[in-house]
Amino acid sequence: MTSVDEVVALSRLQFAATAMYHFLFVPLTLGLSWILVIMESVYVMTGREIYRDMTKFWGKLFGINFAMGVTTGITLEFQFGTNWAYYSHYVGDIFGTPLAIEGMMAFFLESTFVGLFFFGWNKLSKVQHLSVTFLVALGSSLSALWILIANGWMNNPIGAEFNYETMRMELTSIGDVFFNPVGQVKFVHTVAAGYVTASMFVLGVSAFYLLKARDIPFALRSFAIAAGFGLASTLSVIVLGDESGYTAGEVNKVKLAAIEAEWETEPAPAGITVVGLPNDEHERTDYAIKIPYVLGLIATRSTDQEVVGIKDLKKDHEVRIRNGMKAYAALTRLKSGDKSEEAKQAFKQVQQDLGYGLLLKKYTPNVVDATEAQIKMAVNDTIPKVAPLFWSFRGMVFLGMLFLFIFSASFYFLVRKRLAQQRWLLKLAVFAIPLPWVAAELGWIVAEYGRQPWTIAGILPTHLSASNIQPQSLYFSLAGFVGFYTLLLVIEMTLMIKFARLGPSALHTGKYHWEQQPAQ
Amino acid sequence: MLFDYETYKVIWWCFVGVLLLGFALTGGFDFGVGMSLPFLGKNDVERRIMLNTVGPTWEGNQTWFIAAGGTLFAAWPMVYAAAFSGMYIALMVCLFALFFRPVGFDYRSKLKDPRWRNAWDWGLFVGGFVPPLIFGVAFGNLLLGVPFRYDEILRLEYTGTFIGLLNPFGLLAGLLAVAMLLMHGATFLHQKADGVLAERARSLAMVAAVLVIVLFAAAGFWVAYGIEGYRIVTMPDPNTAFMPPAKTVERAVGAWMDNYSRWPLSIALPLAAFAGALLVIAFSAARRSLLAFLASGLTVAGIILTAGVAMFPFVLPSSLQPGHSLTAWDGVSSHKTLGVMFWVVALLLPIIVMYTSWVYRVVRGKVTEQHIRDNEHSAY
Repeated sequence: MTSVDEVVALSRLQFAATAMYHFLFVPLTLGLSWILVIMESVYVMTGREIYRDMTKFWGKLFGINFAMGVTTGITLEFQFGTNWAYYSHYVGDIFGTPLAIEGMMAFFLESTFVGLFFFGWNKLSKVQHLSVTFLVALGSSLSALWILIANGWMNNPIGAEFNYETMRMELTSIGDVFFNPVGQVKFVHTVAAGYVTASMFVLGVSAFYLLKARDIPFALRSFAIAAGFGLASTLSVIVLGDESGYTAGEVNKVKLAAIEAEWETEPAPAGITVVGLPNDEHERTDYAIKIPYVLGLIATRSTDQEVVGIKDLKKDHEVRIRNGMKAYAALTRLKSGDKSEEAKQAFKQVQQDLGYGLLLKKYTPNVVDATEAQIKMAVNDTIPKVAPLFWSFRGMVFLGMLFLFIFSASFYFLVRKRLAQQRWLLKLAVFAIPLPWVAAELGWIVAEYGRQPWTIAGILPTHLSASNIQPQSLYFSLAGFVGFYTLLLVIEMTLMIKFARLGPSALHTGKYHWEQQPAQ
Repeated sequence: MLFDYETYKVIWWCFVGVLLLGFALTGGFDFGVGMSLPFLGKNDVERRIMLNTVGPTWEGNQTWFIAAGGTLFAAWPMVYAAAFSGMYIALMVCLFALFFRPVGFDYRSKLKDPRWRNAWDWGLFVGGFVPPLIFGVAFGNLLLGVPFRYDEILRLEYTGTFIGLLNPFGLLAGLLAVAMLLMHGATFLHQKADGVLAERARSLAMVAAVLVIVLFAAAGFWVAYGIEGYRIVTMPDPNTAFMPPAKTVERAVGAWMDNYSRWPLSIALPLAAFAGALLVIAFSAARRSLLAFLASGLTVAGIILTAGVAMFPFVLPSSLQPGHSLTAWDGVSSHKTLGVMFWVVALLLPIIVMYTSWVYRVVRGKVTEQHIRDNEHSAY
């Protein structure tokens, strides 16, 4: 491995690690903030103190989680610059904008008011405090909106054009960037997944109190809010699934083909492979079990459009890579000072494939002198490994179905007032607490691993995006992140479990279980 | 487009300045309180008082830093990329230190064990002390220039090391930043705490102010007569798009003083910094804590603006190839993006200032021992 390959591999590992750590905390913040709004709204409307206690208690757990969200989030704001300097230069003109708006519009709102949420109870009127809680929730969801607009643009880079004079992508339409369908679908899917995570958390912890027969009125009310909010959110996640976004954009076609292990283009509507063993080497899926028609219906929302298979995508990519070599040659001519109209026209004709030409930079710095073998390697690079995508996606979908079942059953027995007898369901809810996090991380693996070999789909290869830094620096930072975050995660989990076990007695109001009864 | 490209470029230099000032003026006293926590707070209650003076607002204050990072990415992407990848280890150390703050504030008082609380107090000290030191060292190195250049496809090459940043001038700038924010934090604490703790903060503010005066004077002298500044010799029309290698730059001792002779009125900035520090001493002596805090803010703003104006239009000078230096004219985003982002900042910044002021109004007043006892289980 050359030192460039090493830096790219380590930078990817570091970004994946820090982003996945961050996303251990984000979903709970996203959802729990709205659950707090619901609880506090009931308090403001009914004036019943138990709802204020609920807001305060779940708010305490929210705070423990929120601190880690901030700790892990600050890294991501700077990591594009530290580790992906060429990326930052190449697309900062577009990509920086949603990130900056996130800071100014959303994160500012969230972090300015989160202090008042904790410290404003005696300083604000009821309605004022509820407004503060609402603004925290609004800030966190808006934050997700702008981040996912940025992320959506990486997958479907519209509203921008390459400028050979500045050697970077430049904004042509801010509207296209904001209303990118891929970004919008990702936003809805991701925040709804966050709402599911928080609902499962509240549902599971409340189920634990119910199983222990402690603080039952408190637990039942929390359980009810979580079951309702969770059911609605799960339905949103599934119905507004990410898959509908895969049809937009070139690279998402690759992602779709890979998660479905669709090697050959099948006549429409294509069948779906439920399980099987994807085999990259022979480009087939061993022991596949298929259901006819279903994939075509989901992916294209029609019966007559094809889902393009991996082999055909590769053929298409080969054409584009050869075109990209021409684009690189034309660009070199422009950069060497030939400003003739003819030179500009020559570049313009093939400019849309420049990114595919840049894929060859991994193998030959001059691109234009690539051998047939190198072109073949670059073509193979355009398809990420199928198995991780295939299985991550199936894991996520399976968990989604399980959540639907748990929330539906909880809701049903709650309404029929037969919850207490369903100890199996309460136990299942406790057991299921960590599962939404698993689903969310699997979702990110599908989304981000599936985008490889690109940082910006079809525009900028990952290999070219990294900073020009020493591998030693990366070993230092990677060790630092993993060390700090793991230590802090252990501390966070310890506190979280301690306070969750303690329950509303943690508020020291004198009304709850451990205060009535001496703690063991 | 509301303005031409050149005007936007100047406006954006001002915006970045405003965001950095916002961070230094608000986040600055949080750092100051953090770095003095284990020393000024002699027992658990005193430390809790200190934490709760900044507790409800520190998070919003730190957001100025996040917002500055984001807007830097959008408006000055090459600066964002070069500064953070070039000073990689320094930024990483800074981030690691910052990690102690959100968890430190929230977790410290959740358990009673004195070892637990003491460990977090030192964590909060690191989170308060290390970032200002690194920001100062980094700023000092901007004045010296950092060793980088661009290749033909504008990929950045950086040849410096972390140890290289720790040169005498860089360290002086680092100490100045620490002293400045220590003073800012101490005046804030003098205002927000009462009794013996406020008295200790008052003494500390005066000592720190003296340090600020000495260090700032030394740094100023060094910039004027010791180090080589940068000066643009030729460059394309600032109203067009061009990239850093398109200009020529020379280095000369005293070149950082050019702007002060070009715009003599700007000499008011360093004077304001000195005057502010003297006023901190005078007002602290007279126990006028609010005025002392405001004077401290004047010093903080004066010092940062002094350095910024000296460097204008340079942002990140290159010692390796001066022509590749990043300035407010090049390495900036396209005309269109600067225009879009102008509206984002112009509309959102006043709103942010408004609601932040409201939050400060809600939590106004002193944090007392009684307050901690009354909120044993909910206060930080």
